[in-house]
Amino acid sequence: MGRKEDNIAKAVGVMANLDNIRNIAIAAHIDHGKTTFSDNLLAGAGMISTELAGQQRALDFDPEEQARGITINAACASMVHHFDNRDYLVNLIDTPGHVDFGGDVTRAMRAVDGCIILVCAVEGPMPQTETVVRQALREKVRPTLFINKVDRMVNELKVTPEEMQARFIKIINKVNELINRNLPEEFKGKWGVRLEDGSVMFGSAYHKWGVSVPYMKKSGVTFKDVYNHCQNDTQKELAKKAPVATVVLDTVAKVIPSPKVAQEYRIRHIWHGDQDSKAGSDMRTAKPDGIVSFMVTKIMIDPHAGEIAIGRLFSGTVERGVELYVGGTKTKNKIQQVGLMVGADRIPVDRATGGNIVAVTGLRDAMAGYTMTSDAEMVPFERIVHVSDPVVTVAVECKHMKDLPKLVDVLRQISKGDPSVQVKINQETGENLMSGMGELHLEVITHRIERDFNLQIVTSNPIVVYRECVKGSSPHSFEGKSPNRHNRFFIEAHPLPDNIIKALRENEIPDDPKKHAKEVHEKLTALGTFPKDLTKKVKAINGTNMLVDGTKAIQGLHETFELIIDSFNESVNTGPRAGEPVQGVMFIITDAKLHDDAVHRGPAQTIPAVRNAMYGAMTIAGTVLIEPMQKAVVTVPDTVMGGATGEFQRRRGLIQDMQQEGDSTTIEAKVPVAEMLGFAGAIRSATGGRCLWSTENIGYEILPPELQEKVTKQIRERKGLKPEPYTAAYYAE
Amino acid sequence: MALWLIGLGLHDVRSMTVAGLEAARQCSTLYAEFYTAILSTPHAELEAFVGKKVAKLDRLGVEKGADRLVAEARSGEVGLLVAGDPLAATTHTDLIVRARAAGVAVHVLHAPSILSAAPGLLGLQHYKFGRTTTLVRPQGSWNPTSPFDAVAENHARGLHTLVLLDIQADVGYFMRADEGVRQLLDLARRTGATWFTEATSLGVLARAGSDQPGRWTGPAGTLAGLDFGAPLHCLVVPGPLHEVEKAAWDLLAAGPSA
Ligand SMILES: Nc1nc2c(ncn2[C@@H]2O[C@H](COP(=O)(O)OP(=O)(O)OP(=O)(O)O)[C@@H](O)[C@H]2O)c(=O)[nH]1
Ligand SMILES: [Mg+2]
Repeated sequence: MGRKEDNIAKAVGVMANLDNIRNIAIAAHIDHGKTTFSDNLLAGAGMISTELAGQQRALDFDPEEQARGITINAACASMVHHFDNRDYLVNLIDTPGHVDFGGDVTRAMRAVDGCIILVCAVEGPMPQTETVVRQALREKVRPTLFINKVDRMVNELKVTPEEMQARFIKIINKVNELINRNLPEEFKGKWGVRLEDGSVMFGSAYHKWGVSVPYMKKSGVTFKDVYNHCQNDTQKELAKKAPVATVVLDTVAKVIPSPKVAQEYRIRHIWHGDQDSKAGSDMRTAKPDGIVSFMVTKIMIDPHAGEIAIGRLFSGTVERGVELYVGGTKTKNKIQQVGLMVGADRIPVDRATGGNIVAVTGLRDAMAGYTMTSDAEMVPFERIVHVSDPVVTVAVECKHMKDLPKLVDVLRQISKGDPSVQVKINQETGENLMSGMGELHLEVITHRIERDFNLQIVTSNPIVVYRECVKGSSPHSFEGKSPNRHNRFFIEAHPLPDNIIKALRENEIPDDPKKHAKEVHEKLTALGTFPKDLTKKVKAINGTNMLVDGTKAIQGLHETFELIIDSFNESVNTGPRAGEPVQGVMFIITDAKLHDDAVHRGPAQTIPAVRNAMYGAMTIAGTVLIEPMQKAVVTVPDTVMGGATGEFQRRRGLIQDMQQEGDSTTIEAKVPVAEMLGFAGAIRSATGGRCLWSTENIGYEILPPELQEKVTKQIRERKGLKPEPYTAAYYAE
Repeated sequence: MALWLIGLGLHDVRSMTVAGLEAARQCSTLYAEFYTAILSTPHAELEAFVGKKVAKLDRLGVEKGADRLVAEARSGEVGLLVAGDPLAATTHTDLIVRARAAGVAVHVLHAPSILSAAPGLLGLQHYKFGRTTTLVRPQGSWNPTSPFDAVAENHARGLHTLVLLDIQADVGYFMRADEGVRQLLDLARRTGATWFTEATSLGVLARAGSDQPGRWTGPAGTLAGLDFGAPLHCLVVPGPLHEVEKAAWDLLAAGPSA
């Protein structure tokens, strides 16, 4: 047996002891050192060689990740750590930092109870730092802080020991501010990061050392020592006195809640079934002989084993031969093999019990976000919402005609493995569209298709997905008629207030008002900007759009509502202006005239009538295209700064901030995603490759007036629509 | 220069009136719609009978093409042939409104309708019927209970109900009476109408207007399992029967009769 296998054999011994399990994620802004850091923890636990740790980036095992030097996929590693005379099983997930792969971070947070937020000591907290803090707290995941790259702070920024400490304090305060801003009420005053308990750590993942206040007390290492070792290039010695793995895993064992503690409050939060039921109590107590409840957070496609479903087992025991239902359906899959992951390797174990992160093969119908359970009646977990939507799209074609039948199948498999990819297959036109979080995301997927599925494809230039919304409220309700003209719907369109759009995007308002009427009413009332008389009348929510029933007792309307909702769902998917999705619009039905006989107001009559009324109302309100925006942060040496600012000016970018530090400058700019296409190559050549940059999606803004018509026309022509949108008169017909 | 709405009557084309036939023959253009009701007469036979080409329109053809029909009627005599009585149990009033608004004259040629044939064939008195209703073919989330409202209201007021059955001629769907009876039982359950059970006596009518119309009366539970042959079918839910009505009703209960 290799060392890995030994270690996993030890892990199996700990697995059933809930008090000694820790499930954690490593999360941070891009490039702050997560994977290098994870390497160290693996080496500390004897899973990889200490020599290679820091360079191997064992959790970036995909060749694509190694080649690009960034993490693309969340990857897991289980390891055993000895602390206070006890063995702890630590299940770790290293997450990507690039925004395009942010969906993996969101999903990983569902599987863990605690996380280590890395912050680069030189760069400090960055936009993505705030995002990961928010992602963690939304899942009630306890954060801790590791300030990384301290060596660079000392050697490159040439700070004094006093300045070093002052900078630490600044970072800690900032991170606590981010935590407090997003902290659930019940953890107020408890979940900040603190020096005293070790929930704040410092170090250099690259040079393999780390310290925390408790560890400094225990070992006698001081900040002065740290500073001197960095300055004198004797960090190897420091790594012996204060190995990062020991320091960090000690904190993990001490500070991060065990599944026994965490599942009590996390299940109440992420599972909305009856808490007093057997499923509820089994999961809250991680009962090993309870119902099997396995939340899949990542699917890996293995050429030999097929789909590997990785996720959190909240209760029950999984082993070969056990059949699990795909939550909420009648479909069953049989488990083939159970394992623990160590990067690329899946080490088989006989069985795994609740409270752990495990890998299971044989679950063919599982997708990331699915609940797999032994209880056919179990209510599935709440949806994992990733707040950013796919913003970039490409059309995909086969290089060779003969591969065509395979393409649709491959595209489906791809979207199964990565829920952040949306695939639209049009059987009629044969056009296959693939949407992703960004240009890089789509590039990576394209390579994966070619490499893993051995399918040569050609992709179009990327296209940005715009949204349509209204400029203001429709001046009056718009009458939409059914084809037989015996049914008429009167509908108003209003822009939703910004705070409601935000709450909808972040899934703070349940999207099924029929089931959760009370909660919708309460949330909307609390937000304060929604018309008070309508909070109980929301009939449907689709994305950031709402359908409200403002009518009073109209005969026959009640039973027609399902059709009205169908029409609403269809209509907001393709708006009247350019056939792009509608965003932030509230439709109020103010009146309806219906045929007495239900046979004359079926789907063929009601759906077009409602669509006409909605499109007409939007048209008289005035439609506009809004475009996705990104914040780009670029750090360049002063000598090539002109090249960088030039790139932004060329791309309708708005420079918002410039900060000088040493001989380099960090530029912050807001740029439309459409203009950011091709940015990677351009900035590289504009700065001779000497730049560091990252982006973040920051929502939508109105496309400038001078571009509205032009872009509308382009989109419509691409979709084979008549170049100009229809006038209101058309929808009144 | 006018729009002619011409009823074709029941079951086959020979049911149209002499006036209707003459009106059709003097038209310059003839259309026919068969989505609200159909005849058993093949199209070629219909054309031979009227002595003219007849263009078939589907639902969208009439609904979307209304303006075109009206426009054509400005410069010619345009006829629209409709099974049954052209304005009973159809939605063509909209066409008339549009034609009149455009200053085009409209003539209506009436013909036999299921609304009067059904009571007659079952021996029921027409003035004892309440609101007519139509059962709808369920489709996804569309499975309304309101068609039963008329049945329940009429029942409460001691009236009979004529229950028409959904026709989707474009997809060759004609709701059959047994299917309709089963749906009534389901709707009664969903709306909590406990008075309507498998023991409730109903009337079934098939191929009204033909030489051999089918007529049945009996408990819903029995009718729900029978095959009533070729379409079109309809149902009657009777209220309390008058002496004379009862005699006719019980006679039919003996079994299928011609
Ligand atoms: N000097 C120094 N460099 C470090 C340290 N930690 C990481 N690095 C370097 O920073 C770069 C990025 O490290 P990674 O571990 O890939 O960063 P990451 O956060 O996993 O990156 P993504 O997953 O792509 O977001 C590499 O070149 C590392 O060698 C550190 O403590 N000191
Ligand atoms: Mg990484």
